[in-house]
Amino acid sequence: MTVASLFFYLFSVVACAAAVMVISSRNPVHSVLFLILVFFNAAGLFILAGAEFLALILVVVYVGAVAVLFLFVVMMLDVDFTELRRGMLSYLPIGGAIGLILLVELILVLGTWNFSSEAGKIAEPIAPGGVTNTEALGLILYTKYFFYFQVAGLVLLVAMIGAIVLTLRHKAGVKRQNIADQVARNPATAIEVRQVKPGQGI
Amino acid sequence: MTITLGHFLTVAAILFTIGVFGIFLNRKNVIIILMSVELMLLAVNINFVAFSAYLGDLMGQVFALFVLTVAAAEAAIGLAILVVYFRNRGSIAVEDINLMKG
Repeated sequence: MTVASLFFYLFSVVACAAAVMVISSRNPVHSVLFLILVFFNAAGLFILAGAEFLALILVVVYVGAVAVLFLFVVMMLDVDFTELRRGMLSYLPIGGAIGLILLVELILVLGTWNFSSEAGKIAEPIAPGGVTNTEALGLILYTKYFFYFQVAGLVLLVAMIGAIVLTLRHKAGVKRQNIADQVARNPATAIEVRQVKPGQGI
Repeated sequence: MTITLGHFLTVAAILFTIGVFGIFLNRKNVIIILMSVELMLLAVNINFVAFSAYLGDLMGQVFALFVLTVAAAEAAIGLAILVVYFRNRGSIAVEDINLMKG
């Protein structure tokens, strides 16, 4: 057994165990932390498959952004999670049955598929001229698939604007700076002269 | 004993099944459901990368990158909707979400 296969089994066993903990953990904060563990182990699997750029992107984007976003939301919402777990066992039989059927289907597919003879002709070489994985991805992403790359950027932009618009709210009664009003002040509008009678307030 | 395509596909299939199972198991908790969806997308990405390595075709990795992008956008929008919903209702239970009108 080589070192690579040893690491493969290590990463895949830990990933599957952590995935089980994600869906069965009592505390959602623990779920998010186990999700991070799954992502790290999947990144290890990606490196074993030779996709080191995607592996590090997975760590940066998923662990650094998505999982932390989950963590923030879980911690910010004041939800009684034990209440949400009630009746969980009643879904176990149907969920288990459907999961099992799906797994059997996937295994059946794994046993019987084969490649189309055309598949090799349209393949992009994985390391043209011996360049690194990152460089090869860049060479193909910024030239042949540039349009899709731009569309992916647009998707992210729309998601960002959508998230901001959804969660932004203006509370009444909160004092905010109004730059235009502040800049437009002059002595005539800022000072008010009043005659105060002796012995009386304003 | 060397690692073949079948090993990677098996791991991805197990992860995908755990994701589907998680959706059924946590029918009430939207946060765990979103995490299960992330697990399933991760399984899809493992499939893409495994086939990419096996076929020597870089296109699988390019597509996995796009899947990653869409998954990140989906998580952001999903959690934003969740926060807004919690603000309005004070609950994130899935069975309350049939009352979106008004």
